[in-house]
Amino acid sequence: MNEKTGGVVFEQVTKRYGSVTAVDEVSFNVAQGELVTLLGPSGCGKTTTLRMVAGLEAVTSGRVTIGGVDVTLRAANERDVSMVFQSYALFPHMSVLDNVCYGPMSMRMDRAKAREIAHAKITMLGLAGLEQRLPSELSGGQQQRVAVARSLVLEPAVLLFDEPLSNLDAKLRRRVRQEIRELQQELKLTVLYVTHDQEEALAVSDHIIVMDSGRIAQQGTPHELYEAPASRFLADFIGDANLVDGELAVTAEGATFSAGGVAAPVRAGGLPSGPATLAVRPQRLRLVDAGGGDVPGTCRRAAYLGSRIEYVVDTPWGELLVFDTDARTSRRRDEPVGVAFDTDAAIMLAR
Amino acid sequence: MATAALAPAVFVPAARDRATAVVAALALAALVALPWALEGGASALWRAAAGAPIFWPLLAASAAVVFLAWRGADRWTAIVAGLAVACTFVAGFAAGPKGLSFGIGAGVALLALTICFARAIARRGAFKGDPTVASIVVVIAGLLAIFIFFPVGKVLTAALFDAKGAFAPGLAAQRLFTADIWGLACLTGGSRCGVAINSAVLATVVGVGSTLLGLILALVVQRGGQRYAGVTRLMSILPIVTPPFVIALALVVLFGRTGLVTGWLDTWFGIARSRWLYGLPGVSIAQLLTFSPIAFMILHGALGAISPALEEAAQTLRGSRWRVFRTITLPLLRPALANAFLLGFVESLADFANPIVLAGNYEVLSTKIFFAVAGAQHDPGRAAALAAVLLGLTLLAFWLQQRWIGRLSYVTVTGKGDGGMPAKLPRPLWFACFGTAAAWIVFTLACYLIILTGGFVNDIGRGDMAITLDHFAQGFGIDFSRGLTFVGSAWDSLFTTITVAAVAAPVTTVVGLLAAYVITRHRFAGRRMFEFLTMVSFAIPGTVIGVSYIVAFNVAPLELTGGMAILVLCFVFRNMPVGVRAGVAALAQIDQTLDEASSTLRASTTRTLRRVILPLLRPAILATLVFSFTHAMTAVSAVIFLATAKYNLATVYIIGRVEAGEYPLAIAYSSVLIVFMLSVLLLVQALVGETRLGRRATPVLATGN
Repeated sequence: MNEKTGGVVFEQVTKRYGSVTAVDEVSFNVAQGELVTLLGPSGCGKTTTLRMVAGLEAVTSGRVTIGGVDVTLRAANERDVSMVFQSYALFPHMSVLDNVCYGPMSMRMDRAKAREIAHAKITMLGLAGLEQRLPSELSGGQQQRVAVARSLVLEPAVLLFDEPLSNLDAKLRRRVRQEIRELQQELKLTVLYVTHDQEEALAVSDHIIVMDSGRIAQQGTPHELYEAPASRFLADFIGDANLVDGELAVTAEGATFSAGGVAAPVRAGGLPSGPATLAVRPQRLRLVDAGGGDVPGTCRRAAYLGSRIEYVVDTPWGELLVFDTDARTSRRRDEPVGVAFDTDAAIMLAR
Repeated sequence: MATAALAPAVFVPAARDRATAVVAALALAALVALPWALEGGASALWRAAAGAPIFWPLLAASAAVVFLAWRGADRWTAIVAGLAVACTFVAGFAAGPKGLSFGIGAGVALLALTICFARAIARRGAFKGDPTVASIVVVIAGLLAIFIFFPVGKVLTAALFDAKGAFAPGLAAQRLFTADIWGLACLTGGSRCGVAINSAVLATVVGVGSTLLGLILALVVQRGGQRYAGVTRLMSILPIVTPPFVIALALVVLFGRTGLVTGWLDTWFGIARSRWLYGLPGVSIAQLLTFSPIAFMILHGALGAISPALEEAAQTLRGSRWRVFRTITLPLLRPALANAFLLGFVESLADFANPIVLAGNYEVLSTKIFFAVAGAQHDPGRAAALAAVLLGLTLLAFWLQQRWIGRLSYVTVTGKGDGGMPAKLPRPLWFACFGTAAAWIVFTLACYLIILTGGFVNDIGRGDMAITLDHFAQGFGIDFSRGLTFVGSAWDSLFTTITVAAVAAPVTTVVGLLAAYVITRHRFAGRRMFEFLTMVSFAIPGTVIGVSYIVAFNVAPLELTGGMAILVLCFVFRNMPVGVRAGVAALAQIDQTLDEASSTLRASTTRTLRRVILPLLRPAILATLVFSFTHAMTAVSAVIFLATAKYNLATVYIIGRVEAGEYPLAIAYSSVLIVFMLSVLLLVQALVGETRLGRRATPVLATGN
């Protein structure tokens, strides 16, 4: 369906509000047919970035290209993009059909033709039969689909999603995000997606761009970001992580990380000897009986979550969070234990 | 690949600007085809051809703007159009009273050229490159400059000139600081105080009294449960449909020298008839009854906004009813109380109708200004000085309000709705409030009863209660003998009033809502200033506007007095702030993402406005229409200066009957006005109510981060 070439190219784009810099020299590409997510804590500039792609905010400096065309100076209604809003922004006084027809009618398509293509999208999203309903007569999930249909009907070069799932309940959120991903792959849509939920980002994206304080902190595939975070911020932001500050000693035989008087073998990952931070995912840690493992500790708290038990273990490395997925055996409070991990589980970060 | 720092992004227009060229062509057409001057006659082109070369530059400029806009030469379009407008005004004023007055041709051409100028500067990057927003802001600002700031400025400077028009600053000082205005003799046992002191004393009494009455009624209604919901409705409707002097008329009928109550007191208790009503007591009572509903609405809203959880928290912390009321409820109401007091103060200062009926020898500023212009003394300089004092006092009160409220704002409503019951009032307080409120309501209803029935008896003011239809026949007689003829003496003024109100209401609504739209939805340099300008006429008392209009608009090039247009313009610019407020409030309910969604779906600003914003604003539009219509029908303070024998207005006619002592006809006419406006109001409410049902509830739109 989408023959438009090229996706979004963002070149050194900066957005300033007076003296505040919201987005600072950000550059990235969204390749055609790819779903790229902007991820970050609130206030990191991800929504501003999305709105600059849409043309709802003017860029202060830099260049935005969509489908091979420089659109930096074009208004929102002159860009080949459309957007699904967090609030859906369905026009409350128009029926589902009128909402979906709105874009084609804005482009002066004749009514019959507009209705025909609107019907196609409405049917594709499983909303057939609801055409004459008002948005207020639909459930949250249905409203969300109308918003998607309304954006899809223009067959834009790029589809933008601004936290589209945040108004849905947890169960529905999981289902809808699968639907969005399937739709994107089926129609080979080029999508830029904004979310602050790292699990959602991991689940739907081809690429993730993590933003922090108006800059790109790291970009890569979900797997790269999770397994090889580039900084302390990233390790902490995506998934849970134990972060331990200590000293890295690299010798010819291998590397050792020591903190609080306890040392453990690690992979240096190219880092030289010196101060470093060790990052390790809680599910990559195992509890073993006292005397074993890499770090000795005492079990302080345990939370039973059904699929796993979450332990907080007091160790010379500080408090460590350990997920035990083998939830059949549980440790007692104040029981001495050992914490073990494989050398490839721990990532060394410069400090 | 990487680019160096690029220029700031603005909307880059297409090379041609057809829309602006079309507007400019409209200006040219007006200059060619429409009569330039007020008295009609030839268009600018014919005048130029017939030997008035002063019109050639303007014609050439308009033609040039058509061409320049078509070519997309925005800078030159802006320069030529702007200069053409400015030079036309300069030339018009330079010609002075002997020159031509701007007529329809001049009006259309100037408006069109102003729009061309606004669109061109938008295309150069002003107003974020949005020509629609630029046109709205520039045109409204221009109209405010002509119809608010120019006349008020002129009247303030008029105080500086003597009767012959010579500059006389000494005389101005003498006028401004005379004992007539500022005298304090009444405090030291003298006969009377200055008129400004009188006004200030009255305004203070009314401000305190109406706040207290409003608070009492609000407490009864808010804490008495659903039973008293009808009172709220009554209080919200009555002030809208009541001509301003109705209460004063009713008071005269009840307590005047020959009034009903005065008569009973005389016969049964031997209390001698007197004229106690005329003066400070009568005006205060009338204004209290007139303005307390406003205080009530403010305090009712504020009480409702206090989260019950706060009072419940205080109760669980062992607070007694008195303690909760004293330490929680009252302090939280402080901003609203200050607000209600200052509004009462300002309303009382500006009020014209009650003093003119009841003030007697107690002179206040608003009526004194009127008599300085209309009376035997005819002294516009003195009127100007008094107007300056009145404006100064009003602005001072508004300034105090802004300062005070700014510091006292407590936000008690948070995003989450709290359940819970509002605290009960302490028992003695409840009974006191209930008693006062009941007495007040009964008194108010008695006043309305007098007005609605008084027209049907011979002379209710003198206690002659024989039933008759003579008064209605005199005012509203219809003769069928020679076809349908409206022979009653009141018909002319009623028709003029309805026509003027019906023309002014839609204009007020459109101008107000457009201003509200650009204020709430667009960010541009000078937005706060623009908002302030649109609201400022709210603070100018009607009497001051009335005086300034006859001072400013009785000579060329802006000659409007004596016509119907000046009445319409006066209503439009006096009621516009209310339209703006209503629009701002309604637009705040419509989530901004709807505009943005429309924009990303390729809609232009105009299409967004027409297809998304306007349909959602329909209830606000109807409310503003009704308000400006009824307000125009009940206005008196400004238009009493502007109405003429040919274009008389209902309120001015009634004041005339009151001054002539013809109370029954005045009362009959008032009752007709009340019934007419109430019907309009209820009809519209019924219509709006139905559309709401048809639309069902709108979804709650969360705001994005």
